[in-house]
Amino acid sequence: MKKYWSFFRMRFLGGLQYRAAAWAGVATQFAWGFLRLLMFRAFYEADAAAFPMELGQIASYIWLQQAFLTAFAVWYFDNDIFESITNGTVAYELARPMSLYSMWFVKNLAIRVSRVSLRCLPVLAVACLLPAPYGLGLPASPKAFICFAVAMLGTLLLVVAFMMLIYIATFYTLSSLGLRIMAAAVCDLLTGALIPLPFLPEELRKIVELTPFAAMENLPLQIYCGSLTGAAMGRAMLLQAFWLIVFIAGGALWMQRSLRRVVVQGG
Amino acid sequence: MKDAFRLYGKYFSIHLRSQMEYKASFLMMTLGQFLVSFSALLTIRFMFLRFYEVDGFTYPEVLLCFAVVLMAFALAECFARGFDTFASMLGNGMFDRILVRPRGLVFQVIATKIELSRLGRLLQAILVFCIALPESGVSWTADKILTLVLMVVVGVVVFTCLFVVYAALCFFTTEGLEIMNIFTDGGREFGMYPFSIYGKEVLRFFTYCVPLALFQYYPLLYMTGRSQNRFYMFVPLFGLLFVLPAVLLWQIGLRHYKSTGS
Repeated sequence: MKKYWSFFRMRFLGGLQYRAAAWAGVATQFAWGFLRLLMFRAFYEADAAAFPMELGQIASYIWLQQAFLTAFAVWYFDNDIFESITNGTVAYELARPMSLYSMWFVKNLAIRVSRVSLRCLPVLAVACLLPAPYGLGLPASPKAFICFAVAMLGTLLLVVAFMMLIYIATFYTLSSLGLRIMAAAVCDLLTGALIPLPFLPEELRKIVELTPFAAMENLPLQIYCGSLTGAAMGRAMLLQAFWLIVFIAGGALWMQRSLRRVVVQGG
Repeated sequence: MKDAFRLYGKYFSIHLRSQMEYKASFLMMTLGQFLVSFSALLTIRFMFLRFYEVDGFTYPEVLLCFAVVLMAFALAECFARGFDTFASMLGNGMFDRILVRPRGLVFQVIATKIELSRLGRLLQAILVFCIALPESGVSWTADKILTLVLMVVVGVVVFTCLFVVYAALCFFTTEGLEIMNIFTDGGREFGMYPFSIYGKEVLRFFTYCVPLALFQYYPLLYMTGRSQNRFYMFVPLFGLLFVLPAVLLWQIGLRHYKSTGS
């Protein structure tokens, strides 16, 4: 356990060094959130009755999404891992007396945690200061806040577990670009990164809510802004736990199998 | 000049052949690019299943807007990708090699990187045009067609200029500046709706500072018949003025250039 912890610390501290990049990221995310919010406001003004959430709720949703972007976004991959697979240095890592799956998992987790801890506070601070209904509102209830925190942790783990599958797939395809961009396109739509899931057509939303994608950023964000409550929330959180177990167990198994047939081509 | 075109043709065929060596990868990338913008298209569809209009614009009109911006972006990204990845060109010393060759710098930066998989987006834009052109209710007379052509052509120029600005800033920072993404990727992302829906201030910003609205919102007013003012038809031409600051910044950056030594 200790060795994984030191890997985590190494990556975490390494990630904290990129402060200028973090500030640029904060400014970008802020502008991005602002424009997206204005877009939803335009639709709200066009027909408030057809709007499935309140304007204040969507504002909270967008600001949290921007603040935690680096934790939730499915397209933040660790390029070192792809390179190590393509150029063969993965062989060194295999020689180490630790599980490759756990090591990569911990590395990815650490990068995400360090990135988000640099970036989330400035965005959250400014978003709190904005006037209602454009700012970040309070959580729907104390209980909602606790569930939000739990779901956030679940989302973070689930996203990393999902990324692991793509890393493992690279053992077979070698070039990861096509797979990555396709995964990003699908996830953008189904995790509620582009528009919150309540904006999807009713039948489609019901199906999407069963998929692992809805258990990603959609879940904590909807819990926080109060558009997902009660029994539906409980079900969704259980489903998240289910997908998490499936992804981690499946990923670890798949990696074991793929490592058995890995060929390191010299070099 | 003729010589330059011939050389560009050579470069183009090299890029084409090298990318065709990895056909599966190329197809996946093209499909991926297609899917990314398809997701964006679906969000518009979903929004308009709920809402009849936004800021007075109907679904086919927004589709027109989306297709124009997407097509301009796809063409600019395919052919001016060298500027978009300029940070790596500076970092790995490629630019030093370019400097010693007896050809124009801009020409070489453009020619050394042509990413044909970006045409996945172009394909999408063409498909959307096929839906939006007949549905928009616009009677396609010569002046409306000219407006549409102006929108796309100037759009390519403005997006290319944004990539050049991005590259010019790399001379100072070596790293790419993430903040420029607001104008390039953001321009594509938010430009799918007419910029007026974001409010007056945003529209003003995208008119006078970063002229994305010049080839999008104003000519769209004329094209959809919201305004009879012929002036709006030629507003995109003002967008061409953006070439001046972009080139100026590039020149200043170039003078500032110090090799990273790799």
